[in-house]
Amino acid sequence: MKSREELRAIRERAKATLAVRDNQGGPRVVIAMGTCGIAAGARDVMSALLEEMAQRGISDVTVSQTGCKGLCDREPVVEVITPGAPSVTYGRVTPAVMRRIVAEQLVNGQIVSEYVIATGSEMR
Amino acid sequence: MREVSLHVLDLARNSIEAGASNVRVTVEESGPEDRLMVRVEDDGRGMDAGTLERASDPFFTTRTTRRQGMGLSLFRSVCERCEGGMTLTSEPGGGTSVSGWMRLSHLDRPPLGDVGAVVQALACEWPMVRARYEHRVDDRRFVLDLGELQAELGDVPVSSPVVLSWIAEHVREQVACLGSTA
Repeated sequence: MKSREELRAIRERAKATLAVRDNQGGPRVVIAMGTCGIAAGARDVMSALLEEMAQRGISDVTVSQTGCKGLCDREPVVEVITPGAPSVTYGRVTPAVMRRIVAEQLVNGQIVSEYVIATGSEMR
Repeated sequence: MREVSLHVLDLARNSIEAGASNVRVTVEESGPEDRLMVRVEDDGRGMDAGTLERASDPFFTTRTTRRQGMGLSLFRSVCERCEGGMTLTSEPGGGTSVSGWMRLSHLDRPPLGDVGAVVQALACEWPMVRARYEHRVDDRRFVLDLGELQAELGDVPVSSPVVLSWIAEHVREQVACLGSTA
C-alpha cells in the first residue's frame, strides 16, 4: 500500500523536526473556529498555517482552536500568544495573510500591523 | 456555508465544546438512493430534553459571547432546502448524534468540499480529541481512525505539522479514489 510507505517517510520527517525542537514553551496560535469563524474561512486559514509550518519545519508553535469570541464581524480571527509579550489578535485573516503572519511574526518577530485588531486586551 | 464539509466541521466543533473525547464523522454518498448523508457522533456531555428541543432554534444558545446559535439551524435549513432533513439525538451524559441528509443531485446542494481540511482540523486537537472519519460511496469505504494512525506513528504525535499536512492530503486522495461525486 502506497500510503503505508508514505506514512513511514512522514514519520521520519516529523522525527527530524521534533529532534531540533526547543522545549522552551514556544508561541501559541489560536484560531477562532465558531460557526462565524468557519463561515468566514477559518478552516482554510488553519490549513494554510499548518501547511506553512510543515514546509518550514516549525514544530515549537502550538496550534489550537477556540469558539466564537464575539468578534463575528472580524472573522476569521487569529490570536498569536508569545511568552513574555502582549498577545496579538488579527482580524479578517485570509490564508495569504496567515502565511505572512508565519513568515513575519513567528519566524522574524515582526507583527503584521495592518491586520492587528487588538494587542493584549486593548482593542484597536 | 459554502460547503457541506464546513457544516461537518461546525458540528464537530460543537462536540468538542461539549467536552467530547471521541468524535466520529461519517459521510455517505448513495447514487441509487440519490442521497448524501453526514453524521457526527460524540461522547460529550449531551443535552437534556429541553435543551435538545431548542438546540436548532437560531435564537437559542448556551454561549455567553453572543446571543445567537446559528450552527444547527443553518445545517437544518440546508438539509431541508435540498429535500432532506436533520435529526438530533442526545442524552445528558450520553453524548450527542446529529445526522443530516439531502438529495445528492439537488441543484441547491452545496458541494461536499474539502473534507481533508476538516479531518486535519480535528486531528489538530489530538490527543484531547480522538476523531474517526468514515466515508462511503455506495459499497466502497474509507476509514481514518486517528487512534490507529497514532499507533502506527509510534512516538511522533498525530498533531505534528508534517503529519497534519499528510492527513489532509491523504483524506482528499482516498475520498477521490472512492469515486466521490459530492
